[in-house]
Amino acid sequence: MSKSLKLLIASAAVAALVTPALAGSFNLGREATPDEVAAWDIDVRPDGTGLPEGKGTVAEGEEVFAEQCASCHGDFGEGVDRWPVLAGGQGTLKSDRPVKTIGSYWPYLSTVWDYINRAMPFGHAQSLEPDQVYAITAYLLNMNDLVDADFELSKENFTSVRLPNEANFIDDPRPDTPVMASGKEPCMENCKEGEVKITSRAAVLDVTPEEQAEAGKGAVD
Amino acid sequence: MTEKPAKNPMTSTSRRTFLGAGLALGGAAIAGKAASAAEGEDVILEKQTWNQFLGDGVDARPYGTPSQFEQHVVRRDVSWLTADPISSVNFTPLHELDGIITPNGLCFERHHAGIAEVDPAKHRLMINGLVDKPLVFTMQDLMRFPRRNHVYFLECAANSGMEWRGAQLNGCQFTHGMVHNVMYTGVPLKYLLEEAGVKTNGKWVMPEGADASAMTRSIPMFKALEDCLVAFKMNGEALRPEQGYPLRLVVPGWEGNMWVKWLRRIEVGDEPWHHREETSKYTDLLENGKARRFTWEMDAKSVITNPSPQAPLLHSKGQTVVTGVAWSGRGTIERVDVSIDGGTNWRSARIDGPSLDKSIHRFYYDFEWNGSPLLLQSRAMDSTGYVQPTKSALRAERGTNSIYHNNGIQTWHVKANGEVENVEVS
Repeated sequence: MSKSLKLLIASAAVAALVTPALAGSFNLGREATPDEVAAWDIDVRPDGTGLPEGKGTVAEGEEVFAEQCASCHGDFGEGVDRWPVLAGGQGTLKSDRPVKTIGSYWPYLSTVWDYINRAMPFGHAQSLEPDQVYAITAYLLNMNDLVDADFELSKENFTSVRLPNEANFIDDPRPDTPVMASGKEPCMENCKEGEVKITSRAAVLDVTPEEQAEAGKGAVD
Repeated sequence: MTEKPAKNPMTSTSRRTFLGAGLALGGAAIAGKAASAAEGEDVILEKQTWNQFLGDGVDARPYGTPSQFEQHVVRRDVSWLTADPISSVNFTPLHELDGIITPNGLCFERHHAGIAEVDPAKHRLMINGLVDKPLVFTMQDLMRFPRRNHVYFLECAANSGMEWRGAQLNGCQFTHGMVHNVMYTGVPLKYLLEEAGVKTNGKWVMPEGADASAMTRSIPMFKALEDCLVAFKMNGEALRPEQGYPLRLVVPGWEGNMWVKWLRRIEVGDEPWHHREETSKYTDLLENGKARRFTWEMDAKSVITNPSPQAPLLHSKGQTVVTGVAWSGRGTIERVDVSIDGGTNWRSARIDGPSLDKSIHRFYYDFEWNGSPLLLQSRAMDSTGYVQPTKSALRAERGTNSIYHNNGIQTWHVKANGEVENVEVS
């Protein structure tokens, strides 16, 4: 073999070593087993995708709720202290103090089932059986006056239940305040007419920690 | 045998060194008395303990901590905000920081089921759903992908949420402290999705956390492929447990709730999941009763961190440094203007330090304070031309029930004595 051919082969080998790998060709990780996927893939969607077999009645749900949920959410979903209110609030969304509950605000029932199943009860997540989650969900519907007391929720009838506020969610229209055209700058001089007056003071409420903190208005979520 | 040299009595507890230090201190006191006739400051005329005695050795502080004189620089919470500190939030002390990087131990925390203490050897990341082959990665697997480093801000959508109805909390830590800015090291999510092979109808991804809240959000595929990272390092070291150790999702410029911590699974789907954190929470209720959903991007925002209610102007009139931070989920910060008269007249501030995409920027406004009261404001404009709006402009569009995405201009009232109050102005 000629010296130049040897060189050519050697440089081709080097090039192969340093060439960036193509998409999907790092060959890292291993295939998940069907049992592994089933163990973790617990999410449920509005169209019912992900719901397991099962059913539960309002009455059964009331029992589980009293035992597992009421210490924080109250016997009737009214919320203890600042724990979430789950029932009521219909007709309050346009008021100064909207009460956002499953009945008044949440758009989809699947969200209720999914969240109870993945994260509740607080401090002992993923401990409920599917039938218990169906039953609690049925009881929450009943507390929100959306189903009768003899209702049974199941995988089969799940998507027939619609929550009343579903149509009131809209897409994000932002930016909804001014955007400057290229090269333009915002107002720099005499941008307000007349004397600037203070209209609101934090000290009036005095809810800052380490002061004599009273409970303030508003929430983080 | 030679006597061991005395260590600084402030840090030493051994009896021997304490006695030695006592003698030496006596000597210093006498010297101080003799010097008291001299004119000048005691801190110069008298010897300080650290001038004379030895400090800790290199074996004393294997993981360094801030000076004992900086103990007030901590995250703080507002106990009335939430039912319980386990599912709650605390705030970054922005008024104590400078530059653009947030130290790891001061990055605000928001978790929904406490801090999960995950053993990295037992941590796995699964990719499943609409993929050619569902995959499982160990931490070692993930670290074999090509890595990227990026500085990004993370802001909770509820940052400043308590201020929708009016000025409420006295301190930029509380009004604006649900933001931090660190350098992440991680792997582009795109690589992991390509490894599994996304099917053509895979339009959304759903990251899920391994903690007891099993946090989930729906993220559109374009964002997942564009710039999301699966990160394992922050500011060069492993993620802190409260920031998702050993693995978190980075969703640049988008609301913090989507940056799922303790990331253990990513499912690919054809529709969004409409889970709890994108329906009952993190949707923006308007005055007319409608609610905006999927409000992912964080709009341009700025705040003056010094002076501010927790950081009053303690010096006399004259040369004064006003400083603050600005950021935008849509790009870089093009300019920050500062007003000292409540928004009537503005001057451009000086941006100093790196100007990085979807990162905090640091600005300064140096001016001669004449000692009279000020109504201080800052106003950011980003690289898309978006101008930070006034709070009244936001309320005119959205009402006061939105909770999230309050990026309105903040006003600090600096009084003649240097005290600062959170106010709103006409």
